[in-house]
Amino acid sequence: MALLDVKDLGISFGGLKAVEHVNLSIEKGELFGLIGPNGAGKTTVFNLLTGVYQPTCGTILLNGKKLEGKSPAEISRRGVARTFQNIRLFKRMTVLENVMVAFHNQVTYSLLDGMLHTKRYREAEKQVRRQAATILDVFGLEDEKDTLAVNLPYGKQRKLEIARALATSPQLLLLDEPAAGMNPNETKELMDTIQLVRKQYGTTILLIEHDMKLVSGICEKLLVLNFGTELASGVPEEVLKNPEVVTAYLGE
Amino acid sequence: MTQKIREKMTGKNRWFIMIGIMIAGYAICALLAEGNLLNRQMKSLIVPAGINIILAVSLNITTGFLGELSLGHAGFMAIGAYTGAIFTKYITFLPPVVAFFIGILLGGIMAALFGILIGMPVLRLRGDYLAIVTLAFGEIIRSVINAMHITGGAKGLAKIPTYTNYTWVYVIMITTVLVARRLLHSRQGRAIVSIRENTIAAEAVGVQVTRYKILAFAIAAFFAGMAGVLYAHNFSILKPDNFDYNKSIDILVFVVLGGMGSVKGSTIAAVILTVLPEVLRSADDLRKLLYALALIIIMIYKQGNKRGWLGRLFKKKEAV
Repeated sequence: MALLDVKDLGISFGGLKAVEHVNLSIEKGELFGLIGPNGAGKTTVFNLLTGVYQPTCGTILLNGKKLEGKSPAEISRRGVARTFQNIRLFKRMTVLENVMVAFHNQVTYSLLDGMLHTKRYREAEKQVRRQAATILDVFGLEDEKDTLAVNLPYGKQRKLEIARALATSPQLLLLDEPAAGMNPNETKELMDTIQLVRKQYGTTILLIEHDMKLVSGICEKLLVLNFGTELASGVPEEVLKNPEVVTAYLGE
Repeated sequence: MTQKIREKMTGKNRWFIMIGIMIAGYAICALLAEGNLLNRQMKSLIVPAGINIILAVSLNITTGFLGELSLGHAGFMAIGAYTGAIFTKYITFLPPVVAFFIGILLGGIMAALFGILIGMPVLRLRGDYLAIVTLAFGEIIRSVINAMHITGGAKGLAKIPTYTNYTWVYVIMITTVLVARRLLHSRQGRAIVSIRENTIAAEAVGVQVTRYKILAFAIAAFFAGMAGVLYAHNFSILKPDNFDYNKSIDILVFVVLGGMGSVKGSTIAAVILTVLPEVLRSADDLRKLLYALALIIIMIYKQGNKRGWLGRLFKKKEAV
């Protein structure tokens, strides 16, 4: 059974059909690329998968359990994490705190424990701190852990977002243009980190990317969207040769 | 520097130091209230200052931590005040200390219940909409109290036993400050702050936004309710007009002046703004003008810095 199984997904805003008839099947451990020109509906698909929008039709199954109609928080608890195209960090919290927030559902001490600083609170907090620091290590952010997120340079903000998403220990990680605005060196470094994350955490990744070359290098499968509908899907070599895809990207 | 010292302190040491500071603080309060350092006029401000600290710190939980502007804080205070006062007025068979203690708790709980009850439908709103609705809520509470018999209506509730003294106020104040600070370092508090910082991202990492908004509202209401009970038993008479929206604004001014999210700032601002009008008593009309001026000056000084200028005097970052 596929980890994520999306059938006939669609949403319309008023009369506008933003996304239509999208099918997606991602196996556990895969690195799947979602590509398409500007305005093709890639981010809308992410918003549908994470409960930000409710689909007007179609089904979304994670491990065979339906996700549509669930709240974003619930979907996060079930193991889908995401980053955002326009970075959404908790700006006036420290780097460490940003990641600690994401452990929210993995610690269970009560409000009273927190007020009285019980043993349970202290141990849980210690563990969260340790785990958060470990994740920051992977992303090379350990030296900045007490920096306010807003004060990080752009590339590191992107990394912190991924680190925060990983902290929810997701089965499926959705990355929305993680390399946007990065220079080639930073992009390369980021892609290495993504590969490292896959190896270390065994996370399945669905990645939105603009740059087809970049995406074809690391993704095992691709889905191309154009005007909200599926244009092509399959392994990168075939998809990128598809004449329709070439037309969509380069014009007639 | 202070950060380093903090890190070096082990759990037990920290407890001793904290308790030491609390006792010292109490000693100072006692000295001010009982000694000859202050004149009678100033002495009479110790209790109101403490109550204002509780109100400011509690409002800071909604406005500073959660980041939602609440203009109805006096409403929660009123619910607490009347609940506590009615309890101690009519339950006379209990020893005063016990009755007052239960009264304070009841006032807090009742206010918190209303916080939850009103929070459920209202907290789905955001920003300006929420601010307007909380304003309306405060006015509704006042009108309802005005119309009820048990509260004495517009005539007010008189002959409330004057149980409030600086000891009670100090204990509740310390509790409020401690809860607010510890909240920031708990998973619940981090969830609340993350909602302020970015609601969509908070949801995306699994924070149930509505639940934590209601939690923040309920905690804030709880302490505002307790402050109300202390207030009622200080002046012995309650009138609905004590809790009009001017009162809510007064509390909000403490929070803004002290710096959104800064517990220390709220505390200091509450003290200064309690004492200031009394110092300028000869020109009481100026009080309102001063509030307005303070707000304007702060807005100019703030310039993107979310902490007020009082907060800036303390360099140690409170993790918000």
